[in-house]
Amino acid sequence: MLLEISGLNKHFGGVTAVKDISFSVGEGEIFALIGPNGAGKTTVFNLITGMLEPDTGSMVFMGKPLQGMKTHRIAAMGLTRTFQNLQLFGNMSVLDNVMAGAHLKGKTGFLKSIARWPGSAAENKRIEKEALKLLAEVGLEGQAGLPAAALPFGQQRLLEIARSMASNPRLVLLDEPAAGLNSAETKTLAVYLKQLREQGKSMVLVEHDMDTVMEVADRIMVLNFGEALAEGTPEAIQANPKVIKAYLGEDDQVA
Amino acid sequence: MDLSSQLLQLLFSGLTLGSIYSLIALALVTTYNITGVLNLAQGEFMALGALLAASLYAAGLPLAAAFLVSVALIALLGGLVERAVINPARESSSLTLIIITVGLSIFLRGLALLVWGTDPVSLPAFSAGNPLQIGGAAINLQTLWVLGLTFVIVTGLYVFFELTYSGKAVRACVINRTAALLVGINPGTMSLLAFAGSGAIGAAAGIFIAPITLATYDMGFMLGVKGFVAAAIGGMHNIGGAVLGGFILGILEVYSAGLVSSGLKDAVALVVLLAMLMLRPEGLLGTIGRKV
Amino acid sequence: MKKNIALWIILILVFTAIPLFIKSNYLLGVLIVIGLYTIIVIGLGILMGYAGQMSLGHAAFFGMGGYTVAVLTTTYQWPTVPALIASLILPGLVAAIIGGPTLKLKELYLALATLAFGILVHILFNELKGVTGGPSGMSGIPYLSVGGLVFDRDIKFYYLVWATVLLVSLGVNNLINSRMGRALKAVRESEHASETSGIDTAGLKLQAFIFSAVLAGLAGGLYAYYVTFISPSPFGFHTSIQFVLMAVLGGLGTFWGPLLGAGLVVALGEVLRWAVPLVIPGAGGEYQIIFFGLILMLVMIIKPEGLGAVMNLFSKPSVEEVK
Repeated sequence: MLLEISGLNKHFGGVTAVKDISFSVGEGEIFALIGPNGAGKTTVFNLITGMLEPDTGSMVFMGKPLQGMKTHRIAAMGLTRTFQNLQLFGNMSVLDNVMAGAHLKGKTGFLKSIARWPGSAAENKRIEKEALKLLAEVGLEGQAGLPAAALPFGQQRLLEIARSMASNPRLVLLDEPAAGLNSAETKTLAVYLKQLREQGKSMVLVEHDMDTVMEVADRIMVLNFGEALAEGTPEAIQANPKVIKAYLGEDDQVA
Repeated sequence: MDLSSQLLQLLFSGLTLGSIYSLIALALVTTYNITGVLNLAQGEFMALGALLAASLYAAGLPLAAAFLVSVALIALLGGLVERAVINPARESSSLTLIIITVGLSIFLRGLALLVWGTDPVSLPAFSAGNPLQIGGAAINLQTLWVLGLTFVIVTGLYVFFELTYSGKAVRACVINRTAALLVGINPGTMSLLAFAGSGAIGAAAGIFIAPITLATYDMGFMLGVKGFVAAAIGGMHNIGGAVLGGFILGILEVYSAGLVSSGLKDAVALVVLLAMLMLRPEGLLGTIGRKV
Repeated sequence: MKKNIALWIILILVFTAIPLFIKSNYLLGVLIVIGLYTIIVIGLGILMGYAGQMSLGHAAFFGMGGYTVAVLTTTYQWPTVPALIASLILPGLVAAIIGGPTLKLKELYLALATLAFGILVHILFNELKGVTGGPSGMSGIPYLSVGGLVFDRDIKFYYLVWATVLLVSLGVNNLINSRMGRALKAVRESEHASETSGIDTAGLKLQAFIFSAVLAGLAGGLYAYYVTFISPSPFGFHTSIQFVLMAVLGGLGTFWGPLLGAGLVVALGEVLRWAVPLVIPGAGGEYQIIFFGLILMLVMIIKPEGLGAVMNLFSKPSVEEVK
């Protein structure tokens, strides 16, 4: 198993955000976390990526514990994420966003950059080429020179995913990538996610768009009030009476 | 003087200093909580209030009248500052606002220099008489006035925020600006009142301490800095913290002045600030106390 | 930056030619000071404009550089070049030590911490009389000599300072267009997203801080060799704020910003000093203070993109359209 979460707990003051959550994600798998707003899904992401400290529980990625590690070290291990409220580098170009995402692929440090050390230009060229390839995969290579803030929202979402892939991670946490997308954009997204799975990437997907979830997820876990309600394949979840009662019986969330 | 009297004397000095710092910190914290702006020009309100009152008194006005006129004018200045400088920049980042108030403090200091020059001016003590003797130590009568002012202002603010409708409106504004707007409370007016109020408090404080320390055009700078230190010690979030921070700083400064040279006395406040920021940025009362 | 090479060459020619035409030592002195400030503001620009961190106490590093040269060359009789190198190292070390805990602070608190630091260092310059000579300062700093070349005249110093500005600008230009430059910009845009992209934001902020301190120290060392005398007064809070104004006025995060900002603020000061007594007879330094405060407020209120952004209109965007 690539990622193993067990007994994760987190509370804020009197509120229990995450209670006793356990799951694991394998290679080349898309694992979806669904549940109503406030169910604790983003908190789980924040815990895994080191932005929050869990109260108790263990998080192990590729055999190494994640607890206490800084976010950038976790990224270096091969685990990255996207953000629910989009955290693009808005004033930087689309290309620079992806190249910044590939920071780990370079080695030129502060002093060497100042001196334009031999090798740094070649390294930069190499990163640029790979970034352009990534942009082509999401159809954004034509907008490479534009400031990221100038892109329409749907393309910004794709850009953020492309950026999260730039460091060649093994596992990416995607926080509501379809939020705010229209149906055409959502279909493009689903295709892209499946493509990434083909390439061997694993993903944990938090998403409200049930069609997308059912289409791309290999396994699903349902959270409610910070606790796990059910876990299983899409078919099993759709048939689960507890889930139907608590969640699926209502309309899809409209972003 | 025996040791206990000496310590008591230092304590009285510390209380004097402490209440001055409390008043500055209190105005700072209140303004900060209402408007989100840390007004680095607060010290200048003190300086201008003191200088203005001194001039009015020298021109023949009775002391009480000089006090009232000066406080009113500086309150007006505070309001003017809010409308002309703070309000236009209300959308800016807190950092930009800090720099703006720095510019304001420099501007006001320059004005003070222009009008009053570099010579110190003085105000007479409010009540004539010898210092009181308590426990072998002397306490200046003016000090009692300063402590009294601090008490009155703190009590007044408490009453305002806890017991009056407008005070609660202001607190509502701090807690949730949008909701306050929806209920008909105007944040712009709140901001204006906050600055006018801090102008008044600053001026009053300056006038009360001028008999002890004399007034000069640049007295505001270090006082302002020490006010921030006091506010930071207390935690930036409530008046109680500001007052506590002020007294802690005053007493710390006085007791350590005996150990280091007088020039380094100012450094004490700064070291304390740096230590607080690194070790406990939320202040002593931090999130325990509620806002305003 | 290829389109800009023409601009660079013109500028280099202009700057090289200036001392040949300007005979006034006073004007040369002004240009030297602008050059020194440009070096400092370049560093501050990296810190504020790229790493997104505020410093309201940078004059402290400027002063540390100056005093390092002063103390080493007079009290300890060091040769001038090693002393200059030391003037870069000491501020860098201090920045490395205080940067760690300080840079963790949020905006407001960081500003206050740097403010306090700057004032504290200034007080120390005044009070540690045994080391620094106190308020009367230290004199008798020898001229900088490199090999056989002694920098004893303004015109030589002019070329030294502006050659340094050129070198520093080239270095920083390399930095901006590199992996680290991207990382710095990313940190300014979103720390969380930078972290998850594998960027060590805390480490990077610290590096930017140290770099800006080193540059300020270098300028301080050169300043000491230029004036051959040092005292605490140029290194106070007022100067720190001037640096911030120069950085913002020139335009944060732009290439020409530091030069424009430094030039403008110094020029403004000189113009005021000359013009005010003409309009208001007998007027003194108060007006400079008043105007300075006024300008600082106006610039920050009216929106601080600064002048460097205007210069960007003259150059092509740095990322070309592809395919």
